[in-house]
Amino acid sequence: MRILRRGRPRIQCPTGTPWYILQMADSLVGQTFVATAADTTLPPRHSAVVRVTHWLITLSFLALLLTGVEILISHPRFYWGETGNAGTRPLFTVPIPASRGTVPTGYGYVLPDQNGWSRYLHFQSAWLAVFTGLLYLSYGFFKGHFRRNLVPARSDLSARGLLSVIAGHLRFKPPSEQEAWSYNVLQRLTYLLVVFVLFPFVIWTGLAMSPAVVSAIPALVNVLGGQQSARTLHLFASGFLVLFLLVHVLMVWFAGFRNRVRAMITGRPATPMERA
Amino acid sequence: MSQISRRKLITTGLAATAGVSGLAVAAKLAGRFGLIPPDAGVLYGAGETLTYAAQRLLTRHSLAREFAPSQVSKVPFANAVAPPSPEFQRLQQGAFADWRLAVDGMAARPASFSLAEIKGFPTRTEITMIQCEEGWSYIAEWKGVPLSHILDLVGAAPQVRYVVYRSIQTDWWESIDMADALHPQTLVTHGMNGDELPVPFGGPLRLRVPRQLGYKSVKYITRLTLTDSLKGFGKGLGSAAPEGGYAWYAGI
Repeated sequence: MRILRRGRPRIQCPTGTPWYILQMADSLVGQTFVATAADTTLPPRHSAVVRVTHWLITLSFLALLLTGVEILISHPRFYWGETGNAGTRPLFTVPIPASRGTVPTGYGYVLPDQNGWSRYLHFQSAWLAVFTGLLYLSYGFFKGHFRRNLVPARSDLSARGLLSVIAGHLRFKPPSEQEAWSYNVLQRLTYLLVVFVLFPFVIWTGLAMSPAVVSAIPALVNVLGGQQSARTLHLFASGFLVLFLLVHVLMVWFAGFRNRVRAMITGRPATPMERA
Repeated sequence: MSQISRRKLITTGLAATAGVSGLAVAAKLAGRFGLIPPDAGVLYGAGETLTYAAQRLLTRHSLAREFAPSQVSKVPFANAVAPPSPEFQRLQQGAFADWRLAVDGMAARPASFSLAEIKGFPTRTEITMIQCEEGWSYIAEWKGVPLSHILDLVGAAPQVRYVVYRSIQTDWWESIDMADALHPQTLVTHGMNGDELPVPFGGPLRLRVPRQLGYKSVKYITRLTLTDSLKGFGKGLGSAAPEGGYAWYAGI
């Protein structure tokens, strides 16, 4: 049983009553209630597994990004096909100085070489991301997280429904209170894309660059068009993940940074009553 | 606050104990089957051990990709090397006639082979890619003696676990495990693209390890040492690479 109390009258609600029902009850009675026992009887906004894996992936992704940039700097030229080097024509060049003197960049100086620890940390972080990802995936499938929280309702997938959500985003409309407790259709589609397309693809293209891994599974690199193609696609996939990260943080900012981050750490956003 | 129930405490305790003993058993098994790299103790040794163990389980006998003659790079890239030592210059003036490859360590018949002798051994030609850890690459046709043939000639002891190889350039040495040392594509290379191996590409002798990145393919090799432990070599991390901050195993 969950008891809401502020003087009289007293309302008893069954455990697990969603907060908005409580709020309705609240407004019916015309009182502002303070939830007792700090809402610990409500199910958390994000389950413990989702919260822990979220921050582990955050940690590993930031390390992968930093070390990935360091590795990129040693040869900021990209090619298509099997091979490419300073003597061949690149597909494109990232216009930054390099950490190797043998690469023509147009800059008159060479950055310090950070590849040793960057490569060590890149692969260690990749392992952390893979283990975290496996935990998250098995949780998501077996505990219904994907079905319940990420797969959009069919009704939300209509052109009209999608357009109205997109229009709301374009007008920078602040999210409703319901959206603090459930993902909107754009969020769902984006998270599904990141979890089931971008992350697997960035891991695949990473492994396709490994001479040992492709000696065992040559198809990994052959279907991508070659080892340098895999490297170029790895850069693009990482670019899309960085784009996701930026938009994700921006959206969290618009939705109320402290409250959303709090929900991802403790499992509970501040309730409207607490904020009142 | 929720109370910690007895059941929860016992379950957690059992799970933790099982986890710790599982890890200990895994570490012991990994050591026994040669899945722990010599630089496992460095800062990022945990990730490195996972990479090495996983790749060894996956790739013990797999062959590096080989390519068609039409795929050989028109513009191979030699990369920069340190200025040649006076000893190298002297040997180069003599067209490397006096170049020798010494093989010592745990061998029944330690030997020192001249370049001419090595060129007389059975050769293998393969078109493989060399990839630098920086990201660039090229494909070339390499010709050389399988390292396994030389290990047979000197009578490598059964307990040998690593082959240490050194360049004439001081401070440039590497080592590989037996999965790579006995691998048919690992060549003591003396020819490239139908010609002698050019000096910028490692001539007269380069050890080509095509399943690992370029820095394991040491140029200008003069000495092989067969050993069951890398502890006595340098700082005991396996090769010069980890002493310079790079991973010993370079399969990725």
